[in-house]
Amino acid sequence: MKVLVPVKRVIDYNVKVRVKPDQSGVDLANVKMSMNPFDEIATEEAVRMKEKGAATEVVVVSIGPQPAQETIRTALAMGADRGLLIQTDQTVEPLAVAKLLKAVVEQEQPGLVIMGKQAIDDDNNATGQMLAALLDWPQATFASKIELNGASAANVTREVDGGLQTLEVQLPAIVTADLRLNEPRYASLPNIMKAKKKPIDVKSPGDFGVDITPRLKVSKVTEPPKRQGGVKVESVADLVMRLKNEAGVL
Amino acid sequence: MAVLVIADHDNTAVRDTTLKTVTAAQKLSGDIDVLVLGQNARPAADAAARIAGVRKVLLAESPALGKMIAEAVTDVVVPLAANYDAILTPATSAGKNFSPRIAAKLDVMQITDVIEILDANTFVRPIYAGNALETVTSSDAKKVITVRPTVFKAAGEGGAAPVEIVSATGDAPKTRFVGEEVVKSDRPELGAAKIVVSGGRALGSAEEFQRVIEPLADKLGAAVGASRAAVDAGYAPNDYQVGQTGKVVAPDLYLAIGISGAIQHLAGMKDSKVIVAINKDGDAPIFSVADYGLVADYKTAVPELMDELSKLGK
Ligand SMILES: Cc1cc2nc3c(=O)[nH]c(=O)nc-3n(C[C@H](O)[C@H](O)[C@H](O)COP(=O)(O)OP(=O)(O)OC[C@H]3O[C@@H](n4cnc5c(N)ncnc54)[C@H](O)[C@@H]3O)c2cc1C
Ligand SMILES: Nc1ncnc2c1ncn2[C@@H]1O[C@H](COP(=O)(O)O)[C@@H](O)[C@H]1O
Repeated sequence: MKVLVPVKRVIDYNVKVRVKPDQSGVDLANVKMSMNPFDEIATEEAVRMKEKGAATEVVVVSIGPQPAQETIRTALAMGADRGLLIQTDQTVEPLAVAKLLKAVVEQEQPGLVIMGKQAIDDDNNATGQMLAALLDWPQATFASKIELNGASAANVTREVDGGLQTLEVQLPAIVTADLRLNEPRYASLPNIMKAKKKPIDVKSPGDFGVDITPRLKVSKVTEPPKRQGGVKVESVADLVMRLKNEAGVL
Repeated sequence: MAVLVIADHDNTAVRDTTLKTVTAAQKLSGDIDVLVLGQNARPAADAAARIAGVRKVLLAESPALGKMIAEAVTDVVVPLAANYDAILTPATSAGKNFSPRIAAKLDVMQITDVIEILDANTFVRPIYAGNALETVTSSDAKKVITVRPTVFKAAGEGGAAPVEIVSATGDAPKTRFVGEEVVKSDRPELGAAKIVVSGGRALGSAEEFQRVIEPLADKLGAAVGASRAAVDAGYAPNDYQVGQTGKVVAPDLYLAIGISGAIQHLAGMKDSKVIVAINKDGDAPIFSVADYGLVADYKTAVPELMDELSKLGK
């Protein structure tokens, strides 16, 4: 079974985001970029499936600008076999990403697509569900555990409001990874070297005949209202007194 | 312009998130229908009918809908969509699961986690863990929206809308419900509670979390939350997680105990009315958002807090 893993290049999760003064967006110049953390988890899960013999090949795909090749390389260094970059400098919304991924799925015919539950830049949490819809495949989102039942089904435990839910989905299916699914490895130096020789195919959205024109026009990006830090209190008694008399919340 | 709100409910009543989403819907239209999906959910539909300003309630039931399986939900909603200009869902984990599936079936780009509705096409939503807000104008004829409930007021009672049954297959042939582990608790729901007490990695073990955080929450009639670090380490169940990728809360009072205040955590609680932080590191970033900060070891501060609250008759 082939496993497809879509990975997105995003601002590193440790970077403090700054809104541009002209409100046109956030400042990405000279900012550290990394693989979306949830996509690292998805890649790790796919590589583990391959190591266990459950998957035969792990293919990673990224949609984005030329430097997204580095993100694909990172996944190859973790153990994925080959990559595909659908190169564009335009903003690609989840709906358009899902349409491109659908075209890739039709070419590659994977038995399973594992992706992140959410990209930490746009915070949409939508692409996996949209891809499942377009393919008419079952979906198991926010996965904290995936158990394959042979090549025909998977039991997926999901993090939901109120606890955990386990679904059995027939394959092919879309699974989106939550943080607790696994802890991604650091690529070793030899594997980083090896990854340099693994193939990355480069295509354009036009090659798949997909219109990626955004449906949402961003008119401005602003800073949220700043929260002022308050006071440091001296004692618990002082705290309780203030919560009661000053803040009126007790 | 008519709007459909997909209810969040527990079969017997609609949750507060639904009431808040109805308020958001009122910014778009006066013609608001509420769709209740579930199994044995008639009481929830009756409760939805009593929400002020609701035109009618639609009820669809099946075993798969009872588990809110995304494929089943989508199959019911997509044919109904022709009657509506917008479909609003509270951004709960269930809503986040099925709403994008509906959007893609309708060839619409979802507008996620809306916190402000400026007009029928223009919305504000947080990005980058709430470190920026974007204003977007949608060119889609139909809008599929998830609403961040914490920023809207709950709609009141006083309606008497009719309940209509929607006959729909509502099954999901490629997905089978296997089981669930539900965290049982008599405490208020995290998303709706007036007071939230959250514990972080400092607690060090599940036993300590239960010994320190939970009695304090119970004394205050509060819900219990946690940082991702506490959840990852198994000190607290996953659905306690507050943050960018967990629950977003905005109670009157949020107490962060032994939580450093990473941006991912702040994204889930910084709209709380009053924030209290107890942390032994005076430089912890949580103090930059806390209205009241106490630099102290929780091991002494929390027992003292329990005593002081007892003196107030709590
Ligand atoms: C993609 C992604 C998504 C994430 N999403 C979330 C999310 O939704 N929610 C979330 O919370 N995190 C999230 N995180 C994790 C986040 O980055 C932090 O790692 C996490 O919030 C830290 O939890 P903490 O504050 O409990 O632990 P720490 O950062 O370890 O802080 C513990 C604090 O306890 C204090 N302390 C220690 N002992 C005591 C004591 N005896 N008394 C008082 N204070 C004490 C310390 O001074 C310290 O400040 C996410 C991370 C990633 C990469
Ligand atoms: N441009 C992209 N390239 C590759 N994968 C993507 C892209 N955008 C989103 N994804 C995938 O979809 C997931 C959810 O993203 P989102 O819906 O934007 O929050 C991510 O974790 C990725 O796995």
